[in-house]
Amino acid sequence: MTEHPISIILAKYLPGSVRLLSVTLSRADGVRIPHRRRPAVVREARWSGSGRSRQSPGLPLAVHLRTLRSMFAQQLANGLVLGATYALFALGFTLMFGVLKVLNLTYGFYFTAGALVALAACRTLGLSIWLALPLGMLAAGVLAVIIDTALLTPLRRARAPELSSLMVTLGAVLLLYSLLSMGLGTEIRRFPIGTLPGAALTFGEVRLGAAQILIVVTTAIMVIGLWLLLSRTRLGLALRAVAENEDAARLMAINVPRTEMLASLLSGLLAGAAGVLIGLNQNAIQPYMGEFMMLRGFAVIIIGGLGDVRGAVAAGLLLGVAEVMAAGYIDSMVKDGVAFTLMVLVLWLKPSGLLGRARVTRA
Amino acid sequence: MPVWLDDVLWTYQTLIHSLGINGLLALSMYVVLAVGQLSLGQAAFMGLGAYTGALLSLHTGLPFALVLAGSALVPALAAALIGLPTLRLTGVYLAIATIGLGEVLRVVYVNAEITGGALGLSGIRDRTDSWMILALLGAALAGCFLVGRSRFGRAMEAMRSDQTAAAVIGINLPAYHLGALLASAALAGLAGALSAHSSTFISPNEYAFENAVTILSFAILGGTGSPLGPVIGALVLTALPELLRPLHDFRGVFNGLIIVLVVLFLPRGLLPWRMKRLGGAP
Repeated sequence: MTEHPISIILAKYLPGSVRLLSVTLSRADGVRIPHRRRPAVVREARWSGSGRSRQSPGLPLAVHLRTLRSMFAQQLANGLVLGATYALFALGFTLMFGVLKVLNLTYGFYFTAGALVALAACRTLGLSIWLALPLGMLAAGVLAVIIDTALLTPLRRARAPELSSLMVTLGAVLLLYSLLSMGLGTEIRRFPIGTLPGAALTFGEVRLGAAQILIVVTTAIMVIGLWLLLSRTRLGLALRAVAENEDAARLMAINVPRTEMLASLLSGLLAGAAGVLIGLNQNAIQPYMGEFMMLRGFAVIIIGGLGDVRGAVAAGLLLGVAEVMAAGYIDSMVKDGVAFTLMVLVLWLKPSGLLGRARVTRA
Repeated sequence: MPVWLDDVLWTYQTLIHSLGINGLLALSMYVVLAVGQLSLGQAAFMGLGAYTGALLSLHTGLPFALVLAGSALVPALAAALIGLPTLRLTGVYLAIATIGLGEVLRVVYVNAEITGGALGLSGIRDRTDSWMILALLGAALAGCFLVGRSRFGRAMEAMRSDQTAAAVIGINLPAYHLGALLASAALAGLAGALSAHSSTFISPNEYAFENAVTILSFAILGGTGSPLGPVIGALVLTALPELLRPLHDFRGVFNGLIIVLVVLFLPRGLLPWRMKRLGGAP
């Protein structure tokens, strides 16, 4: 979303409301958009509008308020959808950290891999997206298991310090992205037209496209599925036990290596799903898309508390809404700083995360 | 000074400048690693120093020494902002916060008017010379050795091998961590200001995440047993791509591979010396 959301929405859904546009952009409650940042459509509309000198003489206040309210509803919906993608992405990241106790920086690469595999399945093999999505997820999951087995398991076995694992994944991430962008180039690829139905649903004043609905539904399914897995199954119990205390888990006859592999697989699946869905929504796939998401992912897992699955969902939604609102009501440039600002605030005020219990030390 | 030496310095001026600057960056990484922390914001601190130095040089008539001091101070303040809350927690928090800092600063550089947007700043007067850069590197190296041999150095070594044990014998871990992070940010800022003046232009992309990883690869390759290790790592990794042109295109792959291989197979780097052997203090 590079253009200004409010302006786009106004230009799209209120065609011909040139007077209203100029009023909303310049005067109405708190909405200030610097002229040069407005999309060309709006700028043109404004300059060609007859109401340039006399702005909206006859429009009643109620019309403005209704517009602002529906705009807010749409903004909120957009924010929640964006937040759902952040939550979906951060879910696997935080699960991986919680169980494996490693900040795995290659996580963003699984995201890219999922999107690229699904894209190849759609474009080259001509599969439908309903087959491409699980395929992309599976590829990312397998990749996660391979990388974890090759790089992190040896370090875990040697009980190397936490930072060694972080450094290994850091080197690996540079290596993998360099290889990928050398092999594929960095140009943007797109899903073929018609991958998803073009229809959009309208709920009252809010409009959601097929990709956005798919994101919300998939995120909901994954969150519920993960919650059921963690709370209701023996595998989930094993995962939680290893997350709590690896040595104690081993003494309880839990197969720790297998559980760790399961955690890698699960987080890879989640990253792959996020990659395919976000790739579909933005329809711009390129090797470094995972790096961009990682920056949001870091913020989300810190805001939600490291290793906290519920926190990651809450923090993802919060960050999505905060970013869209900041872009809509302050300035689109501010959007990229929101994640970092929230992260530093949480670090200062409540380092255990939004939903975290207070702990004296995490060493 | 013999004439041939002057000739060498003149001919290889660019290479010597980047060797010295990368040496300083490697030392800045070493200072953090030496207390058992990991900062991924060295490129960000370098960028802050570079922009501060460039702006001071372009808009004020301050003497170069003051410009350099300012360029070391500003990154140290940024380091305090993210270091104070994170250093009480485990190392992962600092790593994440420093990555975030780098990215948010890049957004600021690209969008702010005063930093020249995506094009960056150009026309910075070259106020450096090879001797100045090498002398600063030597001073930083000597400083690291002296600190390493002092009471502080032994405390740092203790906390690097076992944080809990170090805390138990009464070492104030957060204070040391913060001190190391501030010193590291100041060194990186200094290197940034030197590189901005030496290359006469800067742009936001020079301080991206990949550069932070490259700086880390200097330190890891050399090993962090002594301050000399990272500097030698920087020398090798700066000179190699210059000598072997094909390596230049594969730099990302190469640096990444080095980090992976060294961490997995040579956890103490190429030069696994301890400070004791060089320094003599027990």
